[in-house]
Amino acid sequence: MLEFRKDLFANERDDNLNVVGKGVQRQDMPGHVTGRSPFFDDHAFEGLLHLKVVRSPHHHARIRSIDTSAAERAPGVKRILRAADVPLNKNTLLSLIGFGKDDEPSLAVDKVHYKGEPVVAVIADSEAAALAARNLVRIDYETVPHVFDVEDALKPGAPVVNDTYPNNYFEYHEKFDHQKLRFGDTEKAFRSADIVMEERYQMSPIEHAPTETNGTIAAPEQDNRFVVHSCAQGLFFSLGTSAKILKLDSNRLHFIGGTVGGGFGGKVDSITEPLAILGAMMTGRPVRYVLDREEEMLYGSPRGAERIYVKDGVMRDGRIVARHIRSYFDAGAYTRLSSYAAVKCTAHIPGPYWVPNVSSDVYVAYTNRCPSTAMRGFGITAVDFAIEVQMDKLAHAINMDPMEFRILNAYRDGDMKPHRRVAKNTALIECVQVAAEKAHWPISDNAKRMSSLVGGGEGERSQIPATPIDQRGQIGRPETRNAPSTQTLPAGTSRIALSKQPEMEGSRDARPAAANVPRYEPARPMGQPAVQAPAPLAPMPPPASPPYAAPPHAPPPAPPPGATPQHGAMRFSSVFGTRRR
Amino acid sequence: MAKSPVQFRLNGSDRATFVDPGDNLLVTLRRGLNEFGPKYGCGQGACGVCTVLIDGEPHLSCLTLAVACEGRHVETVSGMADGPNLHPLQNAFMDNFAAQCGFCTPGMLMAARALLERNPNPTREEVIEGIAGNICRCTGYEPIITAILAAAGNRGQRQA
Repeated sequence: MLEFRKDLFANERDDNLNVVGKGVQRQDMPGHVTGRSPFFDDHAFEGLLHLKVVRSPHHHARIRSIDTSAAERAPGVKRILRAADVPLNKNTLLSLIGFGKDDEPSLAVDKVHYKGEPVVAVIADSEAAALAARNLVRIDYETVPHVFDVEDALKPGAPVVNDTYPNNYFEYHEKFDHQKLRFGDTEKAFRSADIVMEERYQMSPIEHAPTETNGTIAAPEQDNRFVVHSCAQGLFFSLGTSAKILKLDSNRLHFIGGTVGGGFGGKVDSITEPLAILGAMMTGRPVRYVLDREEEMLYGSPRGAERIYVKDGVMRDGRIVARHIRSYFDAGAYTRLSSYAAVKCTAHIPGPYWVPNVSSDVYVAYTNRCPSTAMRGFGITAVDFAIEVQMDKLAHAINMDPMEFRILNAYRDGDMKPHRRVAKNTALIECVQVAAEKAHWPISDNAKRMSSLVGGGEGERSQIPATPIDQRGQIGRPETRNAPSTQTLPAGTSRIALSKQPEMEGSRDARPAAANVPRYEPARPMGQPAVQAPAPLAPMPPPASPPYAAPPHAPPPAPPPGATPQHGAMRFSSVFGTRRR
Repeated sequence: MAKSPVQFRLNGSDRATFVDPGDNLLVTLRRGLNEFGPKYGCGQGACGVCTVLIDGEPHLSCLTLAVACEGRHVETVSGMADGPNLHPLQNAFMDNFAAQCGFCTPGMLMAARALLERNPNPTREEVIEGIAGNICRCTGYEPIITAILAAAGNRGQRQA
């Protein structure tokens, strides 16, 4: 039962609330208990056709040939859909907000990239007929090497999973191989810490397992429109995705939904909608495409697996002085929402604790596994798991109570976060105090007296420390992954004016690349190391002195020959690739 | 394949349709008779969302051949309410927040109804056993158990 503690944060709360703290009936409850709630599949149509897809039995294979002639002649079959039938057979979900490159076909073209990838769709007048005809589709595959491990995928010579991203990592801003966070000097802090602990954590993919499987019924409607009963969690997102893939004006799609039989993130991918609508367009009849339970469990996109390395420096008195996190998010074969997961993960580091020196590198790697997607805090849940297990291990290592260890290191109001934002409305101290009380876990009087409202932002807790950055100020370039830092952002640097942002080579704003800056070559011929020695660098500019000022860019369109490499900036980017407003 | 006629009572009304010999009751109800109360969750008897009563006994309609229902009485969630008056179990589910997405609710209600009809005053353990074949993914079982126990408490009053 809910308990509202009047003693905590009393002056931050309005007690005169109409809904919070009261039991309010769900609007859809009468429908649920009478069986009248309209789930997508609870609609009757005359002449309903059933769509089933033929899936790849291989993790990674070239398609040599597809023979659908026997399936086309099978009883009850009305239409076979192949890759060429899909008007725009390449999409990425977040393209609707201008993020990422189209990388995933609705039906595989010449290659399959994961076991279960749809290749051909069969539409028949009964489910049984569609299933029988599905077995008559002959596809000749030539298997090629696959990669399942995120770190193996990033090694030189690994099989290329996704041709759109030939280095097996998602490219942020079309050039950076990971999301990066730098705050203070973690390397220096590790050297002075009493204990340094590095551990490796791994979280498996998790299937959402909603009781209602993914599915769609699409049917021709009047005025050349299509009505679409969809399971989608984001109905208009799904509408936009379908309109794009089918090259239809969105006003020709009439989406009906909102009654979802459990989603948990597994119904945002819009996998069934486009094919069902395409089937209705091709046949002129209502088409139902519903995943069966086996498909849902094996090929419905799961929560992405993550491998996380956490390295912490701790003092004997319990203070965490440095935290470095290196994390790999397993996107599977296609991007879907994984690129966003890494952004969320970076925004969450170092967890709910004030740490004076923080750095992180979060990668999205492609593997020949089922593409992963959203699921309840994706990007955050796994790193929290790693951080909290690490917290227990650290407490044990310094012989401190784990509850008190958390209280000691918790964010308090006014603390500076590594993202150069001030912590507000913090409450971890109180949460741990109440948890200890409920669990009858003894904590010291000192820990009981601490408060999120007291001591936050004191001294260095409110400061932005001097922060070393990578070679040439660039972030995330493969050739700088292990390079020592060569510059330091002076203390207090919270943001760099847009006018002073570095001009990166190959940037998409059409400014020409500086002539002599070594350019990372994404091509990775087999057997050749991916990380090549960088070409000789132009001389470094003199170290910036406070206040930090990046050198002016070379005037477009013709940078002077021998232009010095530009300074970089700490970019904590949102999914839109711009700073938060 | 020749279709076979099948005739049974559905929620008190006589219904007839043609089915393939291998058609299960779930598909027959949903696609043959437009009775959308029972849901498809797994098609293999693992989740319980398709639970219906056949002659008062709970059955998984996805594992029941439609032709085997000839002459029998099939009841679904759609037949639980008496006009505008909800069954005590339906009221108890509403009052105790025993549904979130609502997809498992029709099967859960049928399992609960079968339980209360053979055991009007079940213990908490008996309720848990009674819905052991029904999977819920979002509400959690606690409010459902509470609702069924509450309905058992109310039943006597309503029948009296």
